[in-house]
Amino acid sequence: MRRTFLLAMLGATCLSGAAMADDGKLKIGLIYSLSGPAAALGDQARNGFLLAAEQIGDMGGMETEIIVVDDERKPDLAASRARELVERDEVDFVVGPIFSNVLIAIHKPVTESGAILISSNAGTSNFAGEECHPNFFVTSYQNDQNHEVMGAYAQSQGFDNVFLMAPNYQAGIDSLNGFKRSYTGGVASEIFTELGQLDFSSELGQIAAFQPDAVFTFMPGGMGVNLVKQYTQAGLTEIPFLSAFTVDETTLPATQDAAVGFLGGATWAPDMDNDANRAFVSAYEAKYDHVPGTYAMQAYDAAQLIDSAVRAVNGNLGDKDALRAALRAADFESPRGDFSFGNNQYPIQDFYLVQAVKREDGKFQTSIVEKIFEDYQDNYAALCSME
Amino acid sequence: MTNLFILQLLNGLQFGVLLFLIAAGLTLVFGIMDFVNLAHGVLYMVGAYLMATFVAMTGSFTLGMLLAIPAALVFGLLVEYLVIRKLYHRSHLDQVLATFGLVMIVSEGVKIIWGSAPLSVPVPELLSGSIALVGPLQYPVYRLAIIATGLLAALMLYLLVNHTRIGMLLRAGATNQRMVAALGVNITRLFTMIFAFGVMLACFAGAMVAPILSVDTGMGESVLILTFVVIVIGGIGSIRGAFLGALLVAMVDTLGRTFGPILLRMVMDSSDASQVGRTLAPMLVYILMAAILFAKPDGLFGRKTT
Repeated sequence: MRRTFLLAMLGATCLSGAAMADDGKLKIGLIYSLSGPAAALGDQARNGFLLAAEQIGDMGGMETEIIVVDDERKPDLAASRARELVERDEVDFVVGPIFSNVLIAIHKPVTESGAILISSNAGTSNFAGEECHPNFFVTSYQNDQNHEVMGAYAQSQGFDNVFLMAPNYQAGIDSLNGFKRSYTGGVASEIFTELGQLDFSSELGQIAAFQPDAVFTFMPGGMGVNLVKQYTQAGLTEIPFLSAFTVDETTLPATQDAAVGFLGGATWAPDMDNDANRAFVSAYEAKYDHVPGTYAMQAYDAAQLIDSAVRAVNGNLGDKDALRAALRAADFESPRGDFSFGNNQYPIQDFYLVQAVKREDGKFQTSIVEKIFEDYQDNYAALCSME
Repeated sequence: MTNLFILQLLNGLQFGVLLFLIAAGLTLVFGIMDFVNLAHGVLYMVGAYLMATFVAMTGSFTLGMLLAIPAALVFGLLVEYLVIRKLYHRSHLDQVLATFGLVMIVSEGVKIIWGSAPLSVPVPELLSGSIALVGPLQYPVYRLAIIATGLLAALMLYLLVNHTRIGMLLRAGATNQRMVAALGVNITRLFTMIFAFGVMLACFAGAMVAPILSVDTGMGESVLILTFVVIVIGGIGSIRGAFLGALLVAMVDTLGRTFGPILLRMVMDSSDASQVGRTLAPMLVYILMAAILFAKPDGLFGRKTT
């Protein structure tokens, strides 16, 4: 009891690395949004991680304990849950979260405790640039990149009149800015909707009236489901629908046929042609009975990353420098193919244009159309002082 | 521009009748029973989930609806019997606490039963597609169907409240609950009936909206606040007020979101206009509420509080 208390105190005073109990066990805390409207995203991520953990067995050749907590998509709650993970449960790694505002809240409590934080989804610009941290790794992307993919696609198609729409909050504003970074054509109109809006009839009326070359939008979760269904119902499908984080495997079960043919930007799709991916997708579908999305794939990779690094240091979790070096090597087979870390420990990877399709078995998924960016690094890496 | 205006009027009307269906039950429960029911939005959500389930089971929209409504009624009666009935004589704070708890229990329950991924209900074949209005503008047939059913429901409610014996009791209850009880009316039974009826209307709204919105666990919360705005504007306890309030709120919201930025663009440059527009648009409804309450503190058709 006394020892635990002391260790917790040490953790609280941020003595790097000192809080980790050296009990020969690998402890990993997963923190995802597992309740509320966005729970489907967190469920996929957790499933992806646990699938990898089950396949690997003893991760890094060590006895593994995984603790799953729900951040409820609340930053303050997430910060205290993350603190519990590193101080009370003394985890070596924290993996998560889904949402950027949650990431910002848990970043400091985790990284400063000496534990390694691996974000399997959110990748904010601040931690990619000036606030990059040696204990922070990202297995997904930098948030802007998927929007930049769509901007580049719109540019290459010669569109000159694109209708932009996003929810009125930071990620929505970032999204449209990301799009415009690689798209220089004309903008029909730029609309910010209320966060959580479910009926888009008013906006769709404007799209119909403007008759733009294409629509670009960022509407994650339930908002996207509604927008896509209503877009199709309003008879607008002749106008190309470009989006990011809107049409994916978490929303397709609800939108079904309404989204078929809609375009998105992504680092991966379930039909990617390589052995690691085929093994991942078939195992995931067999275990959970739904099609994995990027959330699941990125968490799966986070688990593989931890396994590879802990194996490389022979389970010596005390030597943080060696562990970090092993993590940076990213020595694992990602279902998305090429994967490496940049100096800011965000990925350098390829980006694709993907399209929603209906499979022969009646399920829906995204499918690769073409590669847009090769070995693409985010725009903030130069601001990071790490080598 | 006129085309867009007509389209947005239709959108406003459709949103309005939907809000009315939800608000009608809430205003009755609040006005007559003096009961603050935060769980009303959740009941709307349950309606949508029941609809999704029964449509998936039967493969037919009509059959799904015919099964969903009685199921909703049973659910309403159950909730009333288990929870609400015990709270009639408690303070508003207790009611808020208890119904807030109910919101969380039902939301989690729904998640346990149906999972966290949003569900979808296909638009019935007969009502799918859209009809051309003017120029390139089209309007989905299903939304027209919502407008029609909503107006029909409003008409039936009007007849029920103003021309039947039950309606008379409702109106009497809204005016002076104790006097009605003193005259020998079984007030508990009346309350149960009102509550179950309100639940049924909310569930009906949820079922109707399921094909155009995704069915997920957050849908109830998003609609609850607007519903409260509607009943406060309309006057608590007044069906007529709820109807006008719902249309007013929906029109202001829909038209404001579209034409606010367009009008602003005439007086300021484009980026400022979109900045101001997006800040102002979600506030319009509340500005409307403040203005109406300033002129008529009891709402449009509210009885004078004594």
